[in-house]
Amino acid sequence: MKVNKLKKVFVLISCLALLGGVLTGCGTKDKKANAEAVTGTEKSEATSTPEATETPAATEAVEEAKDLSGSITLVGSTSMEKLSNAMAEDFMNKNGGVTVTAEFVGSGAGIEAVTNGTADIGNSSRNLKDSEKEAGAVENIVAIDGIAVIVDNNNPVKELTKDQLTSIYKGEITNWSEVGGNDAPIVVIGREAGSGTRGAFEEILGVEDACAYANELDNTGAVVAKVASTSGAIGYVSLDIVDDTVTAVALDGVAATEDNIKAGTYFLSRPFVMATKGTIEEQSELVQAFFDYVYSDEGTEVIEAVGLIPTDH
Amino acid sequence: MKQDISKKTVEKTSIIGTHKSKTAVEKTAHVIFTACAFAAVLAVASITLYMIISGVPAVFEVGLKEILFSTTWKPAAADPSYGILYVILTSIVGTALAILIGVPIGVGTAIFLAEVAPKPLVKIVQPAVELLAGIPSVIYGLLGLLILNPLMYKLELHIFKGSTTHQFTGGANLISAILVLAIMILPTVINISTSAIKAVPGHLKSASLAVGATKMQTIFKVILPAAKSGIVTAIVLGIGRAIGEAMAISLVSGNSVNIPLPFNAVRFLTTAIVSEMSYAADTHKRVLFTIGLVLFAFIMCINYVLNKILKGGEKDGK
Repeated sequence: MKVNKLKKVFVLISCLALLGGVLTGCGTKDKKANAEAVTGTEKSEATSTPEATETPAATEAVEEAKDLSGSITLVGSTSMEKLSNAMAEDFMNKNGGVTVTAEFVGSGAGIEAVTNGTADIGNSSRNLKDSEKEAGAVENIVAIDGIAVIVDNNNPVKELTKDQLTSIYKGEITNWSEVGGNDAPIVVIGREAGSGTRGAFEEILGVEDACAYANELDNTGAVVAKVASTSGAIGYVSLDIVDDTVTAVALDGVAATEDNIKAGTYFLSRPFVMATKGTIEEQSELVQAFFDYVYSDEGTEVIEAVGLIPTDH
Repeated sequence: MKQDISKKTVEKTSIIGTHKSKTAVEKTAHVIFTACAFAAVLAVASITLYMIISGVPAVFEVGLKEILFSTTWKPAAADPSYGILYVILTSIVGTALAILIGVPIGVGTAIFLAEVAPKPLVKIVQPAVELLAGIPSVIYGLLGLLILNPLMYKLELHIFKGSTTHQFTGGANLISAILVLAIMILPTVINISTSAIKAVPGHLKSASLAVGATKMQTIFKVILPAAKSGIVTAIVLGIGRAIGEAMAISLVSGNSVNIPLPFNAVRFLTTAIVSEMSYAADTHKRVLFTIGLVLFAFIMCINYVLNKILKGGEKDGK
């Protein structure tokens, strides 16, 4: 019996070894095949690329038109998602050969992407920091965004003064009755440190780092949802995000509307920056064309269509 | 006869290939298996190295004492401070309380499943537990946000009525986070405890019943002590799950840095990283990596303890 068992084990081991051999044999063959395939495609690509680049150049010469091709990447602020997507779509419609991809990872990450060269344009919903400018990022303000202060729909308070708003966010006023509302506690909701909206809001109100937030949420949608579902909540978001689930309060008697922001009477507003590494003139033809479009009448229309205020250029 | 057959098979297998090709195959197979084994080691090593490289600079910039023992977290201020003491305390308190709630329920369920329950009921409870394990954490978070938070807000309004010092959070507080965590660790605790209890040798139980102990006496005096090391493993794994959870609690905890009191909005180590990473820059970003390093150290400690317990269990077994 024992001998039998030993033999069985031996057979099993040798079978395994054989299987291993078969597998490794296949593996090496596959690798070789893959390698061949790779070099093959590389070769074909190498032969096809010059053609691909030549064709538009040729047509350009013939038509003398601005037939652009290639791709632009926009990376950055989540607040600028609507604007970037609208711009990208319209620009691609007008220039068939161009692909514009937009990613929304946050202002800081966007600037970082543009300074280390992984993106063409870095979206930032705040002014650039000195450290970012030192790293080579150039600030191109393309639009102005208004920040709306929102409360839940059942809140009778429809208007706040700048001082009241400041006191609420500093935690000095904690009950709505102190600003003419119901006897209900105020739930102060804000964004996380580093957020463009928070930075802009605190800077404009002059309450940098003095805010007593009950909740710090990490995206705009969450703020709207939380304010809508919590009675007595107050929050701040981009003006174009406000929908009918929440109410935007008037500040210093001025309603949160586009016209008022343009007129300069509504004080909560911030710049939308499309940062480049070096000035626009130093960019590729394609990126320059994109900025020409952004600053053109067509671009202005898009900016207005998404609820932002265009800058003068 | 059998011996002959196996002999033949051995000979057959050895005919294929020359000696040279066979040793080549042997060696390649050896190399490939070694490479496979090192992939995991490489991953752990590179993650550790990356965490240390990206987490340590901030320690020198800000100072370890300042980061670990200061209570003010104002990373974007003109005069920034990066104290994460409250965040660390929140993670410890939150995890400990979640374990305190989750483990008794989990072990109770395990006893029910393994010893008490009639078979038809096991068929209902067992799949329910397995389903609980498969639910993505974001769903737990959403349920907490939509059901738990409004309830907590009502409770908060009731308890702190007329209070001028309490900051109202709208129900997003430490209790909500603990309850969500307690539910999330249940499947881990239940599954491991159940198998530990089932692994208790049958003769122990039979002997206990034979000398006249009741069923409950047998469970508490014989089975649970015998399954001790398995249950401890379940607890440690539960701690690991609770301390590493981010998604669910970021939705229900309010995410403000506060001292971990029941009705305060709180921030955990994991949510501190998740919520601020996207917009952070410079030192702020590096400190977030340091928080990651702290969390990494916590989890390493838990793993170390787990290994100790597992090894201890093996020794006991032998």
